[in-house]
Amino acid sequence: MKKAIVYVNQFFGQIGGEEKAGAAPEIHEGQIGPAMQFAKELEDTEVTHTIICGDNYMGSNTDEAVQTILGMLEGKEMDIFLAGPAFQAGRYTVACGTICKAVKEKFGVPVVTSMNEETPGVDMFKKEMYILKGGNIASKMRQDVKAMANVANKLLKGEPVGDAETEGYFARGIRHQVWLEDGTPATVRMIDMLLKKLNGEPFKTELPMPKLDRVPIAPAIKDLPHAKIALLNTGGIVPVDNPDHIQSASATRWGRYNIADTEALKGGEYKTIHAGFDPAAADANPNVITPVDALKVLQKEGVFGSLHDYFYTTVGTGTTEAEARRMAKEIIPYLKEDGVDGVIMVST
Amino acid sequence: MVKEVEKAGFPIVQMCNLIPVAKTVGSNRIVPTISIPYPLGDPGTSKEDQWKLRYHRTKVAVESLGIDIKEQTVFKV
Repeated sequence: MKKAIVYVNQFFGQIGGEEKAGAAPEIHEGQIGPAMQFAKELEDTEVTHTIICGDNYMGSNTDEAVQTILGMLEGKEMDIFLAGPAFQAGRYTVACGTICKAVKEKFGVPVVTSMNEETPGVDMFKKEMYILKGGNIASKMRQDVKAMANVANKLLKGEPVGDAETEGYFARGIRHQVWLEDGTPATVRMIDMLLKKLNGEPFKTELPMPKLDRVPIAPAIKDLPHAKIALLNTGGIVPVDNPDHIQSASATRWGRYNIADTEALKGGEYKTIHAGFDPAAADANPNVITPVDALKVLQKEGVFGSLHDYFYTTVGTGTTEAEARRMAKEIIPYLKEDGVDGVIMVST
Repeated sequence: MVKEVEKAGFPIVQMCNLIPVAKTVGSNRIVPTISIPYPLGDPGTSKEDQWKLRYHRTKVAVESLGIDIKEQTVFKV
């Protein structure tokens, strides 16, 4: 009987929601949450322990969290380490990738996780491990666990894992030599592709190039003491009645709020509607996310010239890159129109 | 969002806690904050300490917009 250990966050570990996102790691014998389904799907393998760690704790105290968990695993029998599935929860995906990488390096066991393609964990970790292409919501649990278990079972049995497309994981940039079943040599395949290309027909390359989406660095502001600065945030700071009905997660809407005559944002007048963290601190003092108070003082001190009359808000949790891009594109004309020179984005 | 704003020609600084994420996504100017629920002021510390931290990091962020950089940069706080 082989042995597996599963990592989950506070939510799937059933210790609580956002209010427990700061929870330090704990280890439990047996199976909690998704670990129970892994126990069913893994062949001839026992899930001996479940590790639970709050997403914020892992994000903000990464070294400590990783060291604690590695300490917990020390001396335990383990043939494979599984984390998630993390779906479209940004912090959870990064946590799964972080701990899988550390476990793989320290103990040399195979690791498998799952996340949605719209999350930051994918690009950060896909080269280091098998990351199955996961669903965007937790109702995909069954199929995501199954997909992870499918790869895990092969690893446990020492069977070869198929290519990324067949197995459903994110391509890792590793090349394997394979013999095609029909035996068509490379020269013939290349000429076929070339002919298709010349004829304007679709063809499929055997060596796709990774796409790196980088933006050239915008030149610095030359005359900061006369520059106009704008403040944006994805931390969900809105007037208490949330007039634009911005969603608490997976946002598609944004708002802008006039602060021309506001020296500091007051609790009770502004709050956060972000569902991805405990709102207590930001509700009490919204300046901890949107530092209007500090910006007004810095402006008076002459560090910069003026503050754009509005700050801009959306919510970053679960929000897809496509929606984020669109919202930014909708905000930009307002910044241009008012002659803004530079922008501060606070993200949570 | 940061990349779209920068693409439009604005220098932009991202203040955030998850630096590796900002780096991977491709933010060019980054100033670290202290946590996710309270990036700029730990409610467990005194009001004065919170203000000092917020004032300092916001100042670093503003000033980073006036500094020419050649590569992705995490500014020291």
